[in-house]
Parts: sequence; C-alpha cells; structure tokens
Amino acid sequence: MSALVFVELDEKKAKKSSLEAVSYGKAVAGSATAIVFGEMDADQASAIGAAGASKIIHVTDAKLATPNIMAYASAIAEAMNKGGHDTLIVSKSSLGDPVSARVAIKLNAALAANVSDLPSGDVVKSSIYTGKAFANNKLNGQRRVIVIKKNAIEVKTDGGAASVETFSPATNDADFKVKVIKSEKATGDILLPEADIVVSGGRGLKGPENWGMIEDLAKTLGAATGCSKPVSDMDWRPHHEHVGQTGIKVSPTLYIAVGISGAIQHLAGVNSSKYIVVINKDPEAPFFKAADYGVVGDAFEIVPKLTEAIKAEQG
Amino acid sequence: MKILVCITHVPDTTSKIAFTENNTKFDKTGVQYIIGPYDDYALARAVELKEASGGTITALNVGEADTEPTIRKALAIGADDAIRVNAFPTDALFVAKQIAKIAEENKYDLILMGRESIDFNGGQVHGMVGELLGIPSLSPVMTLDIAGTTAKMTREIEGGKEYVEAELPLVLGCQEPIAEWKIPNMRGIMSARTKPLAVVEPTSDAPAVVVEKYELPPAKSGVKMVPADNIGELVNLLKNEAKVI
Repeated sequence: MSALVFVELDEKKAKKSSLEAVSYGKAVAGSATAIVFGEMDADQASAIGAAGASKIIHVTDAKLATPNIMAYASAIAEAMNKGGHDTLIVSKSSLGDPVSARVAIKLNAALAANVSDLPSGDVVKSSIYTGKAFANNKLNGQRRVIVIKKNAIEVKTDGGAASVETFSPATNDADFKVKVIKSEKATGDILLPEADIVVSGGRGLKGPENWGMIEDLAKTLGAATGCSKPVSDMDWRPHHEHVGQTGIKVSPTLYIAVGISGAIQHLAGVNSSKYIVVINKDPEAPFFKAADYGVVGDAFEIVPKLTEAIKAEQG
Repeated sequence: MKILVCITHVPDTTSKIAFTENNTKFDKTGVQYIIGPYDDYALARAVELKEASGGTITALNVGEADTEPTIRKALAIGADDAIRVNAFPTDALFVAKQIAKIAEENKYDLILMGRESIDFNGGQVHGMVGELLGIPSLSPVMTLDIAGTTAKMTREIEGGKEYVEAELPLVLGCQEPIAEWKIPNMRGIMSARTKPLAVVEPTSDAPAVVVEKYELPPAKSGVKMVPADNIGELVNLLKNEAKVI
C-alpha cells in the first residue's frame, strides 16, 4: 500500500490538520508521500517529513499557487496515477472536501468522509448523524479516498527527512472556470476547525460588547473563539464562528462553553470534543449532561477569574 | 432557468439516534423525517430565483417509497415536479451517479442541494456530481445571485468567505443564509398532491461503501461540578486530570 496525502498550506505553513493527515497516511499505508501546492516556508519540508512523509511532491506552477478545487483535483489524480498510490488521505476542510469528491470520481475510488479513527483492517470508522453515532465502513474496490476529521490521530514528529521533488501537472482550461474574485479571512487568529481548544459564548453573554472576556480566555489558552447559533443569527459574531448542527462541527481536545444552554443542535457540533467544560448560571442547563466539568454561576465573574487562574498557572 | 434541487429524507435534528438488528440498521421507531435542513435552504433559494425570473424547479430524491411524504413537502414548498430514484441511498458515490444520470437526461442550468446531509454528513455528493458532469461545483454557498448565465456566490472558508463567479451550469451545496426556510401554505399543500412525481429505477452501480456496523459513542462518565468560588480547582482538573492545558 502507498498513500498520497494532500497537504494544505496556510500562510506558507502546512496546516496542523494536514500534518495529522500525513501521520495518518504513514500509519495506514506504511509510507506517505505529501503533495503540496504553492510557496512554502523553508522549514516546512522538515515538518512534513517529521510527521511521516518520506517524499514531498511540490507543485510550484504559478497557475496553481492559489487554491483551485478542480485543478488541484486533476493534479492529485495525476500524481496518484503516476506514483501508483492506492490511498489518498485528506483532512476535512473547505478545500479538502471538494477536492476529495472530485478525485474519487476521477479514480473511481471508494470514499469515506468524516473519518474519526485509524482503520481496523479494511474497515474505516466515520462519524455520522452529526457526531451522534459512528459507521464502520467497508470500502470496496482497489482505491480509496479517506477524509479525516481533526484529532483522528496525533501528529507524529519522529519521521525522517523527506525528499522534495517538483511536479508540474498537466493543466486543463476547463479546470479554471471558477473565478475567485476576492477572499476575506480573519488573519492572525487561530482557525476554529484547526484549534485544539475552543472557547464559545452564547446568549448568556447578553451582547457582542461582552466578548472581550471570551477573547481574553481564548488568547490565554491559544484557543479559537466560537459561538452558538442565536449569537450568529443576531450578528453578534460572524457566521464562520457558529458551532452546531448547521454551523461548524468541531472536535477539539477542549471545548469551553460559556452561557450556552446546550440545545441538541449545538451539542451536535461539539459532541466529538475530547473534554467539555460548561459554565452556566442555570444548574438545569442541558449542556451539563454532556459536559465533563461544570461550573454553575455568573459567567461575568467566573470567566475573568478562570483566565487569571490559567495565567497564574502558566507563570 | 431549469433548476434541479436534490433533497435528502433525514431524521429530524432532535431525533434520538439508535440502531437495530445487531447494530446494522437505523432504528426508525418514533423518528420524524424531514427535508434535510441544508437542502431546505437550497429549495428556498430555488423558489426565490423562480419567483424573480421564472423557470422550473424539479425536486429529486434518491430513496425508497417511504420518502414520498418528504418529496410532497418539497412540492408544497414550490417545486413544480419531482423525481424519486427508487433505491436506498447507500453512499455518496452511488447517490451522485443517480443524480448525474438524471441531470444528463434533463440538462439543468443549476443543480442545488444542501452542503451535506444530516445523517451521513459527508458533504461529498455535490462535488462528485460536478465531476461526473464535468462542471464546477461549489460548497458551502452562502449567497447566490444570477445575472444572465453568470452566477455570483459567496462561499464559506475557514475563518472567512470568498467571493466567487462562474458560468452556469453549476452544482452548488447550500447553507444559511442563502435564503429563509419556506413553510408550505395551504394552497401549496393542496397543489402538491397532484403535481407529477416520477419514480425511476436506479443505475446498476454497486455501492462503493458498505456499512458493516453502526455504533454509538461511549456514554460520558458524568459531569464533575466545580464550585464557582473555587476556579483554581477547575484549572487543576484541566491540567492534571484531563491534561488538556
């Protein structure tokens, strides 16, 4: 077996979720080759190698420097065929998902999405019903595409050096039919789907002007900020921070919910978190049933105290 | 404009999820089925586009006969006619092949669906349909406007959004706030009873993925409560018990 891993860059650095995919590929297939598009920082080849890749295929064509779903899918399918890979590993993202779908068709490969664990034999476990259950899938056919969720595996750092090879895929005009006019992206912040720790606020915070304490706690923990659906519906926070059934589904190691009652639709977006802390003034809030640790009380007092206590602990 | 809206027939978001037959089948007992919430956004936007500039809307579902009440609901909301591909939707590739076949026969300008179904959450079908038809697919699309044959869209990306333009035909996976959900009115419900609903047989493709067994996540061991005046204890637990900070 041999795995190709699609590694996404963010500001010229391999995304952490992509490094997880590299370690996953190595664990599944014994060896992993990474494919990377666009300019990357000088230290990234060694980070990708350390995560488990023995080889990096680097696409440096200017036409492919910015994300392009169709062209990346064509290039990855070409690399799969050229390298004789039978498995493609991709981490779930707004680019990884559609690229995977297209590659699966091009290669006639069986695809498993939302994979939450390493395979056991040829059975791959997917998270379904928005985190409320799992399906153990048998993938038919010679080739497979596995799209993994965050935290399906820990990033390894004990791999060796990876050789880097430039790859110039055949490009096809039909792959350039979608024009990205511009993109707006919060810079410098930790992206919600990538974060190991998420601090979320709900209606209990009473208004967008009170988000400072959520941001302070998040900053202290190196966490991303999220919110409940009502908060994003009322425009207190942008939609890309909405965690839940119809928003972003997160699977961090720690999820801290402040002033969120825990409607089933919100729980659906967080139930694959490893640990959940709930801070709510209502002891009957349903979220406590899904939590590992709970504090009943006034968020406006507890959150700043928690931030201070963590700072003190960090020294 | 000819619009195809693909809908899923899925358990209501508040459903308790359970399995039967030695964890090989979903337990439908007491479960209420709905149009997938994301598909409902797609359908609502299709109705708005039709109201603004005319055209037809066909609703498509890949499912067995028990999905017909859900399809009738789509007709009540505003689809003109409907097609049911008579097969259990085993996996994304199988479903995508069914949709692509219908699309090849009928040449739609726009194929809309939800960003993902809320049962299997794969979010792969729109991309696969696009690839099978050789046309672009985009998801999750948050706004959609059409002028002539050009579609202007915003697509959510991690930490923000991108503004995208492409020529029709297109396949789009939709999410809020592309439109407000529409509730069928009495006239819609009455007319839905007589709108055409064609049942067609599936292609001969075998499923690419077979679920051998379902399982439920391990139950939480119970919440540990920390008094509000002892936040240091919470930090201690996170650091020394959970080891997450």
